[in-house]
Amino acid sequence: MGGSLNINHLMFLGQGALWTIGLSLIGLIGGGIAGFIIALCRISPSRVVRLLSAGYVQLIQGTPLLVIMFLTYFGLPTLGLTVSPLTAAGASLTIYVAAYLGEIWRGCIQSVPRPQWEAAEGLALSRVQRMTKVILPQAVRIATPPTVGFMVQIIKNTSLASVVGFVELARSGQIINNSLFEPFLIYAIIAVIYFALCYPVSRISRRLEARDGPVRPIIETA
Amino acid sequence: MRKISNPPTNSPVVSLKDVHKSFDKLKVLDGVDFEVDRGEVLAIIGRSGSGKSTALRCIDRFETIDSGEIVVCGHRVNDPKLNLRALRQDVGIVFQSYNLFPHLTIEENIILAPCSVKRVGKAQAKEQAQQVLAQVGLEDKLHQYPEQLSGGQQQRAAIARSLAMQPKVMLFDEVTSALDPELTGEVLKVIEALAANGMTMVMVTHEMGFARGIADRVVFMHRGRVHEIGSAAILTSPATPELAQFVGTGL
Repeated sequence: MGGSLNINHLMFLGQGALWTIGLSLIGLIGGGIAGFIIALCRISPSRVVRLLSAGYVQLIQGTPLLVIMFLTYFGLPTLGLTVSPLTAAGASLTIYVAAYLGEIWRGCIQSVPRPQWEAAEGLALSRVQRMTKVILPQAVRIATPPTVGFMVQIIKNTSLASVVGFVELARSGQIINNSLFEPFLIYAIIAVIYFALCYPVSRISRRLEARDGPVRPIIETA
Repeated sequence: MRKISNPPTNSPVVSLKDVHKSFDKLKVLDGVDFEVDRGEVLAIIGRSGSGKSTALRCIDRFETIDSGEIVVCGHRVNDPKLNLRALRQDVGIVFQSYNLFPHLTIEENIILAPCSVKRVGKAQAKEQAQQVLAQVGLEDKLHQYPEQLSGGQQQRAAIARSLAMQPKVMLFDEVTSALDPELTGEVLKVIEALAANGMTMVMVTHEMGFARGIADRVVFMHRGRVHEIGSAAILTSPATPELAQFVGTGL
């Protein structure tokens, strides 16, 4: 078959890794913006808005990301809407991340102690002022460690984009393996690169938790 | 000292008429009546669960009532069309747990509401912050964060934060219950000075000596009702056995 692993193969893997990072950022930014809106909707004074956003979260959390990818890439064209692999992967990831970050952030906002809301209300601040000036600044501190931790999930989940033909790290490994047929070597390299991407992020998350969170034992899993 | 704005005749600043309130099946307020006049200091005492804190919180609409009427500074508090923010500009409330905003300095805590609610300029608000902090004896803590202050100092800062909105009436909800006797003393001194300046105040308190010292009138609540009301003298010569028993164990 196609010879042995050379620098060109590694360059190709590197390019795939860059797309993995790119797709992760798309998921984080898109999902972050949508997730923030979801979090606010989940605690809205309007019952309808609360129910709709809760329904969205339940629906997405109960659907595998793989299926969401299939739906956007293969399903939308049957409705007359053709999307590129990048668009399909980016949109799916955004939809998926929004549900999880929305729920994480809702919890963080609600974990700001109730008396803080009351004190802000007692000072005649409007709902928007209470949110932006009193609650959110405190919620951000609480939210940082779990959010950074969830980024690890995003990075790993981008590998599913390979099923819609998007050439990120996992897909580029498959392509190289198809010509070299050295699965153990190549997938080991892929695993190491994923680990190299995820490990620093999870270290940061743990550091943040140790700094801001309540005192609790740190369970080393890495 | 304080500027008294739009005095509408001699009507009371706070009035509760036949107020009822239940949490699920538990009746907390069972027909509460009392009034507070301008410049008056009213102390509400009673056992835990007697409804005294709930009554206080109803005044600032932190609790809604089932029936009856509450009027505060001309606002009909139980009216569904109540302008809640207008009510809360007229009413200052201080809580047992201080509730300063931990991510803001003391100065930022104090100027937040004047700047964002009343649209006071920053320079003017800062000047005023200095003034109210001097009033509570904390002028040197302007740039510290709440966690750097003792409990008593935090509570005084919380009082200053309320004062900066120039409320027409102040509510105190067991503001010294989380403090040791020494820190309690410094907070009570601040409240005493406010009383001397003519601030209208309603305070739920466990400090019987203090209630006797500064309250113009004392309300004794028992089982969701005003069981006894009168001058501070009722604490030394109670008319009902319930109050006698309460002050007997309370003093």
